Amino acid sequence: MSLELSDLDRALLNGDFGQAAASAMSLLTGFAEAIGASSLLDISRAHIDGCLYHGEVNLDFVERLAAAGGRARVPTTLNVGSLDLIHPELVRLGPNERAPRLRLMQAHEALGCVASFTCAPYQTSFRPKFGEQVAWGESNAIVFANSVIGARTNRYGDFIDLSCALTGRAPAWGLHLSENRLGQILFRLARALDSRAASDGLYVAVGLLIGAASGEAIPVIEGLPPPRDEDQLKALGAAAASAGAVGLFHAVGITPEAPTLADAFGGRNPQRIVEIGPDEVARALRQLSSAPDGAPLAAICLGTPHFSRTEWDRFLPLLRSVAPKSGVPIYVNTGRATLAELERERLLAGLEEYGLVVVADTCTYVTAILERLDGVVMTNSGKWAHYAPGNIGVQVAFGEIEDCLASAASGRVVRTASW
Amino acid sequence: MVRTGRFLVAGEAEAFALVLAEPLSFWGGVAVESGAIIDQSHPDRGKNVAGRILVMPGGRGSSSAASVLAEAIRLAVAPAAIVLARPDPILTVGALVARSLYGRVCPIAVCAIEGIATGDRVRIAAASAEVAELHIWR
Repeated sequence: MSLELSDLDRALLNGDFGQAAASAMSLLTGFAEAIGASSLLDISRAHIDGCLYHGEVNLDFVERLAAAGGRARVPTTLNVGSLDLIHPELVRLGPNERAPRLRLMQAHEALGCVASFTCAPYQTSFRPKFGEQVAWGESNAIVFANSVIGARTNRYGDFIDLSCALTGRAPAWGLHLSENRLGQILFRLARALDSRAASDGLYVAVGLLIGAASGEAIPVIEGLPPPRDEDQLKALGAAAASAGAVGLFHAVGITPEAPTLADAFGGRNPQRIVEIGPDEVARALRQLSSAPDGAPLAAICLGTPHFSRTEWDRFLPLLRSVAPKSGVPIYVNTGRATLAELERERLLAGLEEYGLVVVADTCTYVTAILERLDGVVMTNSGKWAHYAPGNIGVQVAFGEIEDCLASAASGRVVRTASW
Repeated sequence: MVRTGRFLVAGEAEAFALVLAEPLSFWGGVAVESGAIIDQSHPDRGKNVAGRILVMPGGRGSSSAASVLAEAIRLAVAPAAIVLARPDPILTVGALVARSLYGRVCPIAVCAIEGIATGDRVRIAAASAEVAELHIWR
């Protein structure tokens, strides 16, 4: 199959829109040919996962586009960086490590990207609508956009997400096309799990289980209890994209492309059916924890993905009522826009006495923030629990938010939720 | 033996083959400063991709593999070329970025890989911008 370019594509490639757009288009066509796409399509937004510093090549790439006058052609948000620009003192890096990380974030802004620095762009004013074609990076954002909103993106990443932003185009392939969005594997939840409807742990566990068992196929969940809010689906998707390569899931009766089981599969039969019962859920959650109950705590880490306003509104009264005084820091990652709102309403005043440390623009498992790495860190995030041991070398205990706060109060891992 | 394939990134190279039975993710799988395979679960862990014709069924895993391959090309510890049974867009992007930034070409070709063994001498020639010609001898 050969790639057919539109007049606009050819003009972009020929440099009619500047040298930066031309080199972005050249990369995009190379990518499109490698995946066998037959044409490109218009996108209305992009989200760029390019601000984490992996090496000089990332900086060279973005700074060269900026020097050539590159500008995003569609509204474009930025994922987390390696620094907290709002609270610079939180990140424990020397000046030589700081400088290229700061330049990388600034070079993206110079391309006209919005300095959102959040992994939850779907909970900002840049949230796409149902059916919108977008080009998003960041695995949890991709799965949320596709599944919970019904916007359409493939799993974009390094260099290509930015090439889409600078051209406003993406290859017409994969999850952009209706025929590739139908379910393939059915995960059936046991009725016994209904009683745990409000429990955050259930959504994390289901995410881990579908992520590990789906491979490249699209999972459909039947029998998922109606979530309390979209943040439970956000936790499910983030866990699924950490444990596997999930870019889209359907939850029957809950997500927009799956009003019924037949809709989710487009009338076809599932390739495979997997039953999920209480034992599978319990085992998945146990595997997230490498630390036993009673272990002394070094920190609590919440907000992976970034805490939404709804999550703050639930968390803050709990924090005030538990009022932990053990000295264990409670790190909460959130987007700078959400943080500004909380500060405007003076909702965070005095909470540092309970150990609250708010982190913006980055995340506690991708950069050097934690004061101590020698003890156990407790988290309510399946994603954090999955990546932190490898990334920053800590021991993890997973627990729901109530247990995280009870543990913060006692200074040791306490778990009351009996899975 | 001579084989034809399709270029994802066109170019010429000649080196000894390193044939992997399993796909390798460059991100978390290859040490960017040395080219050593560090993926704990990979059967070829401990071998080194630098300067070899890397032959494998396909790529795998995170899109960050594009950054790692591009950075390895910049640091001159990348494979001399990559031969894949299945096209891989992420490795393609990594090689295209390094070519455009540093003018260093790590050709990537797609062709049948059966019968190529580690230690075979492989020469990749460009019959055209799209068609790769692989000469393999031992």
